[in-house]
Amino acid sequence: MLRADGLRHAFGHVIALDDISFSLAPGRTLVIFGPNGAGKTTLLKVLAGLIRPQAGCATVAGGRRAIGWIGHQSHLYAHLTVAENLLFWAALYDVPAERRRARAAEVMRRLAIADQADRRVWALSRGLAQRAAIARALMHDPQVLLLDEPFTGLDLAAAGEVRALLAQLRGAGRVVVLATHNVDEGAELATDVAFQRRGRFVHFAPRGAHESAEIAEAYRRAVGAGAAGGAGGTAGG
Amino acid sequence: MRLARAGRWVTLVGLLLLAGVYLRALAFTPIERSQGPAQKIFYLHMPAAVWAELAMGLVGLAGVFYLFLKDPRLDRFAAASAEAGTVFAAIVLTTGPIWGKPIWGTWWTWDARLTLTLLLFFLYMGYLLLRSATPDPELRARYSAVLGICGLVLVPFIHLSTVMFRTLHPAPIVLKPSPPSLPGSMLITLLFSFGVFTLLYIGFVMQVYGLSLLQEELAARERAAAVARGRGEGGDDA
Amino acid sequence: MGDTLRHAWTIARKDLLLEFRTRTAVLSAVVFTALVLTVFNFGRDPTAVATIDLAPSILWVTFSFAAILALNRAFQLELENEALEGLLVSPISRTSLYLGKLVANLMFVGVVECVALPLFVLFFDVPVWRALAPLIAVIALATVGFVAVGTLFSAMVIRTRFAELMLPVLLLPFFIPPLTGAVQATARLLDGRPLSEAAGWLRLLAGYDVAFLVLATLLFPHTVDE
Repeated sequence: MLRADGLRHAFGHVIALDDISFSLAPGRTLVIFGPNGAGKTTLLKVLAGLIRPQAGCATVAGGRRAIGWIGHQSHLYAHLTVAENLLFWAALYDVPAERRRARAAEVMRRLAIADQADRRVWALSRGLAQRAAIARALMHDPQVLLLDEPFTGLDLAAAGEVRALLAQLRGAGRVVVLATHNVDEGAELATDVAFQRRGRFVHFAPRGAHESAEIAEAYRRAVGAGAAGGAGGTAGG
Repeated sequence: MRLARAGRWVTLVGLLLLAGVYLRALAFTPIERSQGPAQKIFYLHMPAAVWAELAMGLVGLAGVFYLFLKDPRLDRFAAASAEAGTVFAAIVLTTGPIWGKPIWGTWWTWDARLTLTLLLFFLYMGYLLLRSATPDPELRARYSAVLGICGLVLVPFIHLSTVMFRTLHPAPIVLKPSPPSLPGSMLITLLFSFGVFTLLYIGFVMQVYGLSLLQEELAARERAAAVARGRGEGGDDA
Repeated sequence: MGDTLRHAWTIARKDLLLEFRTRTAVLSAVVFTALVLTVFNFGRDPTAVATIDLAPSILWVTFSFAAILALNRAFQLELENEALEGLLVSPISRTSLYLGKLVANLMFVGVVECVALPLFVLFFDVPVWRALAPLIAVIALATVGFVAVGTLFSAMVIRTRFAELMLPVLLLPFFIPPLTGAVQATARLLDGRPLSEAAGWLRLLAGYDVAFLVLATLLFPHTVDE
């Protein structure tokens, strides 16, 4: 479904991706933990096709059409309403015209923003805007979801709803790749866990039966200690 | 290092030969009847004008190849050619008025050749400014290629629009289908000068290219040092 | 092909809707253009040179400046709304993005020109009626030339430093051939001559438009990707 092979990328003298390879079958949810600057965003951008890696390649079955992207930018036009934004992006993703409104209503309901449909985006609070951004990414029912710090700005309730949504998508056979620096947030969702540090995966393994707390502990050990970036598992692999 | 040094030698030889051109032009070439001694600037002005335009053509061509091949050497060459072209355009724009004042009584005329070269100068300036305003090397190379190609396509249109204006410039006396109407010895001086300018172009390009190679080597060494430093300690950077 | 055009139209329509909602950019451009025309009035000596001789230059310098101002808007909009990345991730071709922005820019500049032309006629007492249709054709041809290159360059400068300053510096040399053609054709039209006399200039304009529309479409993907 999604595959990365030997990805390497650097910005000047900063290494963002250092020989990253993995593949994900439908129904897998990969959660990548890493501190700021570890290269998580770069990896997601390469998977989304935004950046061409200096070496290696990434393939997503279905191409751009199959990708739902939630990055640091909102992709919402401030002076259009939520509904207008959703319809615009749906049109670009070739959602059939007659289905668009129904789909928009459905997606807004899922993210509990149906009552915001006719409000201009500039009037929304940060949390509501973030939910609208997630709604935008779901309009075309993507097979692969790439999320970069999606819980930013969400209150506990909203974050819980988004997590439930992602769990549901996993059940429906979607592939989810989620990057976050907050290890407590994402651990539950994962079927696979990776720790990224300075461009390398210092850990990549199925989650198995480990509790979130164990994973959090392993992460702190792997990343907190001054390990010189060797690949291969630490405890919890 | 070698390239820059070699380039310096080439340029030096070129400049010496240029002096030779002038010796020949002043002492051994007849004075043109209607224009007097001022016409001798023509031997400097004309090849510089041709090379100012050729250099732009090479910038554009290098741009086309860069977009297909993504080879940074092509980008370095394009930048070097642009710098050389700027120098030649400047020569034309200064020798033009010096030639023009005694002959036409005015420092500047909007004739076809001068106008084209002025616009070339602006294109070069824009190109170099764009490069300096784009810090990321890959983006800079891509943008430069795009601008260079647009400049290359623009040049024929500038020719068309300026020629469609009445021109004060002496009618083209060399590049006509019939044999050139310059007397023999003048033609030889001109061709000699053209050869010298070709040498100067090569010399300039070699120097600038060599220098930019040096700069990149330095930057790469700094990069490697920073990475080594970073790997040795804990913590992550941006 | 159909997809490309459809997506382009979706983008253009979105831009126009946004423009209509906020109106700030359009109004600023219109006011700016009126001010430039006013400045021209004070920048001349009406006893020394007949207005009609200067008129084509005044019109076209004004249009050039208005176009440059308008061109900054297109990709600045995407940057401000943090939407450019979304457009690049979506399955639309880069060509649709270019065409969509081109159409939106053409409409924007067109609106400004629709206000500027009557003002110009008013301020400088220019007899434009007998030549109105051919004049509009000349304006359309030249504007396409300005905007074709301008849309390409405006996508580049958003990632450089000093974007608003870079754009005119890069763009103005490219305005000169269509500007020349437009001024010459306009001068002949205002002089009461038939359009056929300006045929050479019109061919220059049309040739320029075709060449740069094609070139810009081909080069656009290289400017907009990260």
